[in-house]
Amino acid sequence: MSTSLEKQRARDGWLLSAPALVLLVFAAAGPLLIVATYAFLTPGDYSGVVWDFTLKAWFQVLFERDIFDDSISMADAHLSIFWRSIRLSLLTTILTFLFGLPTAWFIATRPAKQRAAWLFLITIPFWTNLLIRTFAIMEVIRYDGLLNKALLGIGLIETPLRIMYTDTAVLIGMTYVYLPLMVLPMFAAIDRLDIRLIEASYDLYATRLKVLTKIILPIVRPGIIAGSILVFVPSIGAYVTPRVLGGGKKMMVGNFIELQFGAGRNWPLGAALSLILLLIVSVALIFYVRVSTRSDSDG
Amino acid sequence: MAEFGRRKFSATALPGFSTVAAITFIVLYAPIVTLVIYSFNASDSVALWGGFSAKWYGIAWQNTHVQEATIRSIIIAVSASAIATTVATMAALGTTRRGKYSGQTLIYIMINQPLMVPEIVTAVALLIFFASIKVATGYTGLIYLIVAHSAFCVPFAYLPIRARLEGMDLTLETAAADLYSTPFRTFRRVTLPLLAPGIAAGAMLAFVISLDDVVITEFVKSAGQDTLPTYMLGQLRRAVTPEVNAIATALLCLTVLLLTLFFLLTRKRG
Repeated sequence: MSTSLEKQRARDGWLLSAPALVLLVFAAAGPLLIVATYAFLTPGDYSGVVWDFTLKAWFQVLFERDIFDDSISMADAHLSIFWRSIRLSLLTTILTFLFGLPTAWFIATRPAKQRAAWLFLITIPFWTNLLIRTFAIMEVIRYDGLLNKALLGIGLIETPLRIMYTDTAVLIGMTYVYLPLMVLPMFAAIDRLDIRLIEASYDLYATRLKVLTKIILPIVRPGIIAGSILVFVPSIGAYVTPRVLGGGKKMMVGNFIELQFGAGRNWPLGAALSLILLLIVSVALIFYVRVSTRSDSDG
Repeated sequence: MAEFGRRKFSATALPGFSTVAAITFIVLYAPIVTLVIYSFNASDSVALWGGFSAKWYGIAWQNTHVQEATIRSIIIAVSASAIATTVATMAALGTTRRGKYSGQTLIYIMINQPLMVPEIVTAVALLIFFASIKVATGYTGLIYLIVAHSAFCVPFAYLPIRARLEGMDLTLETAAADLYSTPFRTFRRVTLPLLAPGIAAGAMLAFVISLDDVVITEFVKSAGQDTLPTYMLGQLRRAVTPEVNAIATALLCLTVLLLTLFFLLTRKRG
């Protein structure tokens, strides 16, 4: 209506937000631009970069040049790290879903008074330090840990399993630490579900499987998508869990990026890898926004 | 009043779901409980039980590295949550209850950006940026860690404050203005007291997030600037003793305490 009022509103809004924006540009968004620049520079002799523009870092992501005969081949080590990261993140998402859906369902179908308490039990691990939880699961799956003792005790195995420092250890760890992220959004979706829909379908002789696939899953779908994104995004960028449970041998992208800034002394390659990781996460988030706005307009 | 009462034929029962849920809760808590139990182990091992003792808490308490890391963690978390909560409160006031204006979505995306970018990428970016400042100025103090923590704590402080603001109606503020209160006085006497629980909740979340951070701290810290989590991460390379369990348990108790307070603050009345 009155444009001057609107202008005033916008000016005040920006002024009040300015300190937060300055802080975030300085210590979060701005430095990302430096990373983007470094990905096109030449590595320095010791560390850091030399200001020579080159696409070599991007070339190194995919290919490697043989030091003896200069022949070019695919950088299998790099590709296998990317493949491991994507595979383990997808498997983590699937596993957290398989455990998470029944758990979210269980909490949402408790009497109203108990629900908050069950929810709190999921929230505590969610806010507990990631390192502490990784450390806790490590003590369970290690060679002389609780899991092996239990399996030996009931006679299921004869020698302790060597789980630590394998892909399995990283997968178990990530499933463990990211499970609450899957349960919470699915609970929110199930909580909105009208029980009368299920009762009506049973009245109409639907089988349990039909109720699950035709009623429950479609209604809970936004929660499943949100949970999957919330698990997949931190999994693909995981650093602490693969470092502790993979022990440097089973690296994921996050650990490989660190290596380039440490012993690898190749900052441009590290910067290029960071941008690729950022790209994967952006694709996942854009996919989420598109899918969730579409299901909003459906319902 | 119970919403559905007791259901005779349970329409919500699905075969196996309760069993899986029970397994999930056990799997979720067994490792944490084990960690806490072994912090009271009298022996040097985290695998063999040697009787009950609180000696590892004493050893951790006496360890100067742990003392210094604890103090550093608290200084950083207090400063970062204070800064983050202040700027987040202002930003929340600037982005709610004032109608739409151009750029609002941009502000919203900027504030929540730390939630979207993988921590390792931000960590590497800050490593590069701060390393060049450290070289240029020669200053290597705690400020870098405080600034980095403040930035990624902003969205965690912002979201509960914004939620609280959206739930407040403008009637009281309008009434104060009608009674010739100045805008500043209205803010001091009406808005701020109503907003206080949201601010406290935001500050608490920011504090917990700062206290728990590993990745960004690991990359930004200068030599000898370990916080409790990075100290623990460093210890994992050596032979692990129940001392780490004791530190973890103490940190765990602090988190649970703050969370309980957070829930009491944000709980809807009635």
